[in-house]
Amino acid sequence: MKQQEGIGSRIFDGINIGIMVVIIAVSIYPLIYLISKSLSGVEYVKANLVYLYPRGFNLDAYRDVIKNTLFWISYKNTIVYTVIGTVLNLAFTSSMAFCLSRRELLFRKTITMLVIFTMFFGGGLIPNFLLVKWLGMYDTMWSLILPGTISTYNMIIVRTYMKTIPEDVIESVRIDGGNELQIFYKIILPLSKPVLATIGLFYAIGHWNSYFNAMIFLKTNIKFPVQLVLKEMIVDQNMQSVSTAAYESLNQQPLTSEMLVAASIVITLIPVLIIYPFVQKFFVKGIMIGSVKG
Amino acid sequence: MNNSNSLLRRAVRQRYLLILLLPGLIYFVVFKYVPMYGIIIAFKDYDFMRGISGSAWVGLKYFKEFFASPYCFRLIKNTFLLSAVNLVLGFPIPIILALLLNELKSQKLKKLTQTASYLPYFLSTVVVIGILQQLVSPSSGVINALRNMMGKESINFFMEKQYFIPLYVMTEIWQKAGYDAIIYISALAGIDMALYEAAKIDGAGRWRCLWNITLPSLLPTISILLILKLGHLMDVGYEKVLLMYNPSIYETADIISTFVYRTGIKNANYSFAAAVGLMNSVVALVLIFVSNRCSNKLSGDGLW
Repeated sequence: MKQQEGIGSRIFDGINIGIMVVIIAVSIYPLIYLISKSLSGVEYVKANLVYLYPRGFNLDAYRDVIKNTLFWISYKNTIVYTVIGTVLNLAFTSSMAFCLSRRELLFRKTITMLVIFTMFFGGGLIPNFLLVKWLGMYDTMWSLILPGTISTYNMIIVRTYMKTIPEDVIESVRIDGGNELQIFYKIILPLSKPVLATIGLFYAIGHWNSYFNAMIFLKTNIKFPVQLVLKEMIVDQNMQSVSTAAYESLNQQPLTSEMLVAASIVITLIPVLIIYPFVQKFFVKGIMIGSVKG
Repeated sequence: MNNSNSLLRRAVRQRYLLILLLPGLIYFVVFKYVPMYGIIIAFKDYDFMRGISGSAWVGLKYFKEFFASPYCFRLIKNTFLLSAVNLVLGFPIPIILALLLNELKSQKLKKLTQTASYLPYFLSTVVVIGILQQLVSPSSGVINALRNMMGKESINFFMEKQYFIPLYVMTEIWQKAGYDAIIYISALAGIDMALYEAAKIDGAGRWRCLWNITLPSLLPTISILLILKLGHLMDVGYEKVLLMYNPSIYETADIISTFVYRTGIKNANYSFAAAVGLMNSVVALVLIFVSNRCSNKLSGDGLW
């Protein structure tokens, strides 16, 4: 049914559409700008003439980044850390969530309380740092993976989800003589697939994007994840741009470090941009699950 | 006696469950509760050779040192200011975004806007700051190119202390507003359409509907999220600030967590840094409790 609308209402609709267009533009423009810069000729970048699309199109920046071995090693490291990390995250998180979702578990209330308390208070940076050193994990891959194996928040979300699985389904396995382990992997895990997929994506993105733990725990650069290598590029560029300003008028035109950074960032974004359309739905669902209080 | 027997019997009966619990339990003890024990180095003179338990007690020495230091006030002020500006500007935007999306007639445009606005949420902090640097670069950034076109001088934004908070808050909003709007959008989707139909029959326009139906229905969600954010007012992470600041802008950009990182990790002043960190986490804990109490009082609902 079409309703009679006032002129004010129509004006509002028009403005609203305009606002949305602006939001879309603001959200993606920085990425377009970055991609344009990475694909432009160095003379255009230096003259500051690249705004919206590549000028003097070429792939020189990418060619240079591809030659950077450390970049590729770190890229591979990130993939390894993300895969191993996420698998461990899911194994630890789901098994603990399952236990805490079982009403008969001994000391369930106490354990749950102690677990939830860690969401609001923790040892902080320094004790955690010393712990990793003391455990002998300094400068190993495990320093990036083990300290965050379970995110309390995610675990509680999974537990809440598992609580909604009807008890009679579980009872049927028990009648067939199945024990808790069988209940867990035959019934609960398959039924929890949607929530585990969402949580797994959260974990994976977290591993892919993190740099800080690597910065404090790793010292050998061939173990660095790509975000840390990027971070060093960005910081180094910062220092260079101060010092190179003086001899800018050299006739040779090496690529600017900004273009190399731009190309490197674009390369790290490719996987994220490829899976983004698929994962986006999962993430939205994930927030809905998370908003159900448990 | 009898009691412990039945406990044992129960434990044996659910042995598989307990085995399954073990890895998680070990994780929480080792990586959550052992560091809490490690906090005691804040009250000791931590010596690497002697370990945590062997180091000498010094009581509140490091706490006093912090309060006496010239940085104390600056750090607290910077942390609070950064967080407060971020909250005041960053909190309403997702709500407004959700309301505007809700008023859109075209579902296609709604989808498109949402898809575009979540995208920045998936970028890493390093990437966001890398992009920001490119945008504001004094030699080849688009912002300064625009300034030059208008006949103004280039600004080196990363080196000027008054731009730190605006840059931080703007990137924060850019990255998170779309994502934060999701929860409001889902709350809006849950409003009973019959309310709107009834209001329309009574002759209510869009503005009235917004004011008398939509906003009141969002209020519980808004208040819970606001309280949550207030609880986190004093804990601002170091990850992003570390990438944005440098000694020339410490005056506005150095916050408690970055100070803990520098003194503790970089200068190996463990006990002092742990003391500062502990103070910050205690304040955060108190804030959470207070805000939760308020929430329970005001809306009858809270985190627990």
